[in-house]
Amino acid sequence: MTTLGWLQIAIYFALLLLLTKPLGVYMYRVFTGERTFMHPVIRPLERLTYRLMAVREDEEQDWVGYTVAVLLFSFVGVVATYLQMRIQAGLPLNYGMAPDGKTPFANVPAGPAFNTAVSFLTNTNWQSYSGESTMSYLTQMMQLTFHNFVSAGAGAAVVLALIRGLTRRQTNKLGNFYVDLTRCILYLLLPICIVYALFLVSQGTIQNLKPYVAAATIQGTPQIVPMGPNASQEAIKMLGINGGGFFNANSAHPLTNPSPLTNFIEMLSIFSLPAGLTYMFGRMVGRQRQGWAIFAVFSALFLTGVAVTYPAEAAGNPNLRNVGVDDRVSAGQAGGNMEGKETRFGITHSALFAVITTDASCGAVIAGHDSFTPLGGAVPLFNMMSGEVIFGGVGSGLYGMLVFVIVAVFVAGLMVGRTPEYLGKKIEAFDIKMATLAILVPSFVILLLSAVASVLPAGTSSIFNGGPHGLSEILYAYSSGVANNGSAFAGLGANTDYYNSTIGVAMFLGRFFIIIPVLALAGSLASKKLVPASSGTFPTDGPLFVGLVIGVVVIVGGLTFFPALALGPLVDHLLMNAGQLF
Amino acid sequence: MAVYENKEAAPRSTFGRQLLTAVLATIVLTVLTGVLYPLLITGIAQVLFPGRANGSLIQRDGKVIGSELVGQNFSVDQFLLKNTVPPTQTQALQQYPYFFSRPSAAGAGYDGTASSFSNLGPTSQTLIDLVKGRVAAIKQVTGQGAANVPVDLVTASASGLDPEISPAAATYQVPRIARIRGLPVDQVQQLVNQNTRGRSLGFLGEPGVNVLKLNLALDAAKH
Repeated sequence: MTTLGWLQIAIYFALLLLLTKPLGVYMYRVFTGERTFMHPVIRPLERLTYRLMAVREDEEQDWVGYTVAVLLFSFVGVVATYLQMRIQAGLPLNYGMAPDGKTPFANVPAGPAFNTAVSFLTNTNWQSYSGESTMSYLTQMMQLTFHNFVSAGAGAAVVLALIRGLTRRQTNKLGNFYVDLTRCILYLLLPICIVYALFLVSQGTIQNLKPYVAAATIQGTPQIVPMGPNASQEAIKMLGINGGGFFNANSAHPLTNPSPLTNFIEMLSIFSLPAGLTYMFGRMVGRQRQGWAIFAVFSALFLTGVAVTYPAEAAGNPNLRNVGVDDRVSAGQAGGNMEGKETRFGITHSALFAVITTDASCGAVIAGHDSFTPLGGAVPLFNMMSGEVIFGGVGSGLYGMLVFVIVAVFVAGLMVGRTPEYLGKKIEAFDIKMATLAILVPSFVILLLSAVASVLPAGTSSIFNGGPHGLSEILYAYSSGVANNGSAFAGLGANTDYYNSTIGVAMFLGRFFIIIPVLALAGSLASKKLVPASSGTFPTDGPLFVGLVIGVVVIVGGLTFFPALALGPLVDHLLMNAGQLF
Repeated sequence: MAVYENKEAAPRSTFGRQLLTAVLATIVLTVLTGVLYPLLITGIAQVLFPGRANGSLIQRDGKVIGSELVGQNFSVDQFLLKNTVPPTQTQALQQYPYFFSRPSAAGAGYDGTASSFSNLGPTSQTLIDLVKGRVAAIKQVTGQGAANVPVDLVTASASGLDPEISPAAATYQVPRIARIRGLPVDQVQQLVNQNTRGRSLGFLGEPGVNVLKLNLALDAAKH
């Protein structure tokens, strides 16, 4: 650990804090239909989009209508993506890997095509394939870049519906899914991505439509330098908290993330929208402190994770020191556990990025998580198991956290013996059932699928690292799938029929078995009347409540997953320090 | 969609209409975000930053010899496959004439079409054996005996294409390079310094030495 390392983390957090309000105010204006400085340019485009999509801007949907819209739009998107991957060999902009561009990539086989289509649809971006040796430029652009935009937009739409449920009274109207989606893409994602992508290119991220280039190296061996429309995908991949890389090495690839500066901006861009959403939330519910309370919960859990992972990675691997490796911090090196890490990022950025990418549902990586120290890797694992509710995905983080908030309100209500209320809405049996469903289904799916894979040969034969680390690989895979994260302990050979299909199902359940209960909850809340606050109302914007919510997240996650975490990372940690190898 | 201009004629929220909108929205947003947006970025990038957008390629005598950002295989791993008998100075010049880069898990090493980390965990016997072999080989050709090897020189990078090593890893190799190239130590260290990139904005990330550029400078240096 270095002072400069902690300083970078502090500056990161300070900049995030500075971005929160302006982004939140802008999002508030966009999503409530108020005029913004972008209106002269974008408003005409917005109206044209509605006309082309046969959407009436003023027509609102009830929770069932909204849910059907989300599901149908998702269904069409997943089918289109699957089909295009299956026929990409005959489509344009497919040069393959040969520098002459004349050996196009084959059609993607059914298993990985299904897995990838579900993966990008659900904002998971789990990748059982290598981008640079599988996907044509057209597939990357039309399907993967497209899903990066719309899955983020859909997440934002769902949280807007939930917030309307909390703020409206005695109505069944939650807004229009397509209007929310369109506004998110046109006013928020696209303008930022245009600037962001061009910044990345100016630093060295590639953006072209050329075949791969053959280089004759100075040692005489040939090397192929990959090409492609990378920066445009990288920008939305981070801003939309998707995480599916253009290349296999994801954001570790030097043609994707060429410098510490680009990396710092990438880290900021992951958290920027979820942070802004907390401010927008406060403004929408008319009590800014409610938004900051959520921000405080996010921040406390995030910084705790950093405080575990950064020291663990900086401490390095004792087994390497024993064989003559110098991993101390000195003027010329950052030292620490450098296996699977880039020189330019070193320990600080790699550790910080790993925590951010799993707090949020991003899943992009700049380091090999499988090669992290056991404790360093346990934090990303726990972040995903607890449901990616620490800043989280665009929208999905906030609605996931609001589910925990409702459970916390319920717990507080039980303690004082009053009907729980949140923002003036009585929380009743149906609401608690939906919140419980949204928490239990993902946890159940992770544990069940991990348990099955740990005993079936089809599951265990894909394990790469022996000992407890192998169990961590399986746990990580299903946690990543269910939580819609997409990062991996990538040693696990996941491109098998067994893992492609089970992780595909896991991603699907993890996305829609939260979205549907959340929209049902939104519908239920919207129909209620407002209860005026009284002296008996438990305040939900103070430190006590922040502490309570953190407690609920940690206890629910801890109780559910502690046995699995003990058998995986904790045992692994003890064995690493004891010098036991596998 | 002129048919929906007239509100009276529009069907109410039926399943059929929902499906139609889902299909239309997919088409419209695919064109917007999956075609127009990437093409716009490509167009602007090709005009404003053609060198960067096309891979920061390095040319020598009109031929592409690599990318400034993509590492090449100078890793100790490729020499581990060769003989392990201590080489004579002539042999050393032939076999180890360059600064070592980091080990790579991209294909057989620095394969531009197969970027990857090693995925070897901290308790992996394979990892420890690999590192042990690399340390022994580097110590052998360095002839420095006791000095432990900087960690990044014997561990695989995240991309498998890391173009850099730490300044510590470069400085470690200076005496060996100076000896086999017949150059003054100061001059070699100066080449290292010239090819060292500082932290971004002075405080972000870690400094690094670009191995390809350093080795090119080494080839160009006067004996």
